[in-house]
Amino acid sequence: MSAINHHTPDAMLAAYAAGTLPHAFAVAVASHVSLCAKCRVALEAHQAVGGAVLEDTSAVAVSSSLKDSILAQLDDPFTPEPVYDRNGIYPGPIMEVMKGRAPKWKKLGMGVRQDILTEDAFGSVRLLYIPSGQAVPDHSHNGLEMTLVLQGSFSDETGRFGVGDIEIADETLEHTPIADPGDACICLAATDARLRFNALIPRLLQPLFRI
Amino acid sequence: MSQSRTDYSQQTQWMLAVRDKRDRHAFVALFDYFAPRLKGFIIRSGASPHQAEEIVQDVMLTIWRKAASFDPHRAQVSAWIYQIARNRHIDIARKENRPMPEELKEEPGIEPDASQILGLEQEAGQLRQALANLKPEQREIIEKAYLGELTHQEISSQTGLPLGTIKSRIRLGLERLRHELKDLKQ
Ligand SMILES: [Zn+2]
Ligand SMILES: [Zn+2]
Repeated sequence: MSAINHHTPDAMLAAYAAGTLPHAFAVAVASHVSLCAKCRVALEAHQAVGGAVLEDTSAVAVSSSLKDSILAQLDDPFTPEPVYDRNGIYPGPIMEVMKGRAPKWKKLGMGVRQDILTEDAFGSVRLLYIPSGQAVPDHSHNGLEMTLVLQGSFSDETGRFGVGDIEIADETLEHTPIADPGDACICLAATDARLRFNALIPRLLQPLFRI
Repeated sequence: MSQSRTDYSQQTQWMLAVRDKRDRHAFVALFDYFAPRLKGFIIRSGASPHQAEEIVQDVMLTIWRKAASFDPHRAQVSAWIYQIARNRHIDIARKENRPMPEELKEEPGIEPDASQILGLEQEAGQLRQALANLKPEQREIIEKAYLGELTHQEISSQTGLPLGTIKSRIRLGLERLRHELKDLKQ
């Protein structure tokens, strides 16, 4: 496996640590960090800053019953949330979104397939399967798009993206990603919702539909 | 190297006692130190005092239950608790499960590397000092970012903190863990 060349921008790692990224982008970042030691280190450095801010926050007295209430619950049985392990090319965070199932591919034509994992008012997460030599289906960006390569590679005007690489595209980028020769390219694409409404609703109305 | 343990910060000693011995006195000490700070922090990030106490309770129980995933070679106690607090707050406020990176677990029985742990504590102390030395308005922006009040677009325009040295410390902790995980799997 070749080394990762395209990383999560630092401001996105900070926002991920602080929890302000929309869910779709958080899935992409958590998946990239699962594959990339460099970004894991950077994320943990941001968590250290968060910890410093927490430690220096002025204390606010807690109510007198809180400690006893917590201590009384230490022995309560609890069910840990299920942990989804990596499965083949799919990192844990993607397995979690899929609830452990395999991708359910739907044909889009020209051998391209997709599986929409989540789609709501805040954004969408999908898997794309692109045979070598094929272009990613025609799309424009009216918001932000994060693409994480899981298998194979694709190239566009900005460079080549292999396994683990993440591409960030916004309205300023016009690109035609094409899957490279070799294995079919499988990637995770996360977008915020504005991209979905691009063709349907005049731009002015879009903020109304965001929430 | 266990004689060096007394050099660790109080918080690290408490957390290790909770993780390795399920020590309730140490847990109470962690509560006394962190719960009021957590409450202040959560109120600053937009919760009501009542909701903040619910989240504090949730965070403290998570600390007890997930103690096994605390690795002092890579994270300060405050950094580890910060992430739990942000996650719980978001899970509760947005009613969604925040996606988390795959966990790299410290295997039980691995000798702690005291110099790595102390080195990381030192770096974290210097980071805290750097934060304290910032101009008030600059510091406020950083605090807002980590309290979850800024989007990533707003964060990208802020002046960065010097994170280089703490990154290299965390990287050492990660390499140590990866090395051991590899040895264990062979
Ligand atoms: Zn990376
Ligand atoms: Zn695109």
